[in-house]
Amino acid sequence: MIYKLQFADLLPYWDVLARGFVFTVALTVVSTMAGVLVGTLGACARTFGPRWLAGLLGAYVELIRNTPFLVQLFFVYFGLPAAGLKLTETQAAFIAMTINLGAYSTEIIRAGSEATPKGVIEAGVSLAMTRLQVLRHVVLKPAFQKVWPALASQIIIVMLGSSVVSQISAEDLTYAANFIQSRNFRAFESYFVVALAYLLLAVLTRAILRALGSRLFPKA
Amino acid sequence: MADFSLWVITSNLLLATRWTIALSLVAFVSGGAVGLLLLLARMSASGALRRFVSLYVEFFQGTPLLMQLFMLCFGAALFGVEISPWMAASLALTFWTSAFLTEIWRGCVESVPKGQWEAGSSVALTYVEQMRYVILPQALRIAVPPTVGFSVQVIKGTALASIIGFVELSRAGAMINNATFRPFLVYSITGLIYFALCYPLSLLAKSLERRLNAAG
Repeated sequence: MIYKLQFADLLPYWDVLARGFVFTVALTVVSTMAGVLVGTLGACARTFGPRWLAGLLGAYVELIRNTPFLVQLFFVYFGLPAAGLKLTETQAAFIAMTINLGAYSTEIIRAGSEATPKGVIEAGVSLAMTRLQVLRHVVLKPAFQKVWPALASQIIIVMLGSSVVSQISAEDLTYAANFIQSRNFRAFESYFVVALAYLLLAVLTRAILRALGSRLFPKA
Repeated sequence: MADFSLWVITSNLLLATRWTIALSLVAFVSGGAVGLLLLLARMSASGALRRFVSLYVEFFQGTPLLMQLFMLCFGAALFGVEISPWMAASLALTFWTSAFLTEIWRGCVESVPKGQWEAGSSVALTYVEQMRYVILPQALRIAVPPTVGFSVQVIKGTALASIIGFVELSRAGAMINNATFRPFLVYSITGLIYFALCYPLSLLAKSLERRLNAAG
């Protein structure tokens, strides 16, 4: 039996798709910023903080990196309310993504900041820079320069991974695809179009992050 | 209603873990085989083949694994083929794994210095012989740590098979949660089992990488 693909049946649902697209973009942007912030603080604390804190962060990083995002999401959305913390789908999705990206970016940024030679930090101190200034200009900036491509790839992986937030009924792109195919029964067409939307997002994100990287952390 | 002890929950989750392991093995082995074929195509002289492989990689790395699973499930139905969740998950994970492995391995082959190819051709080795005796043995050594590291991603990737109805560890966790209403406990144990599977592999990858760097 030959089946004719009917992409036109998706057109009436363009607003659902658009809303899903906006949701996925917004979720990615917000949790990327929060996640990279967590990662930056985590990397600093792991390198310069007390030993117990470094150990704790190490456990956090390994725990997150070695479990599936889906389970982390379920733990946040179903597990935390049982422990007394009520969350909406969107909040749970945001928290899970931030925790996830936070762990990966802690590891990535640490790889960059650990490569800072001791002498450079001492040079900064001897120029009467404050601790914060040393951290910002001497340690973090070169670290970000070095690891930006790795960080960008991880952000794209997290963006693609966010498709599972549809499983807790957060209304993202994948949720839109599920919704549309449950109405018009054009399952393959819906998922194909949404997959292409993700592909477009991945390509765009890569381009934007590359431009942002050369803007924020220009190669000396 | 029956009382669910910690032991009952854990033992049921461990039973389901067999399917996570089985799916991971199938995806990794067949994904590796397809990845190797793609690598050969990527390294071949044919421009069309090379373009095909880079499009393949772009598509499978640039779209969510979940979409790939859905497309496979429903795409097969379009051709009138009934496809079981196990088959759909194995196939989708195979494609996905092969796209990543072929890209990892390409990096390894390309990191072998050009002089090695030239040395091979100067002693009159054919392309296949150069590959077989000069390049691949060296590339293989570099390829082992990232390949082991990627196996962790494959195990985590199998969790998505639960969404299309394949009963493995994550799905079992959701089902047991529905029966026990103890999500905090159930998902903690589920997470710990994944951790027990993945962490040794992560450590192995790290130590292999360190040994390679020390030797190199």
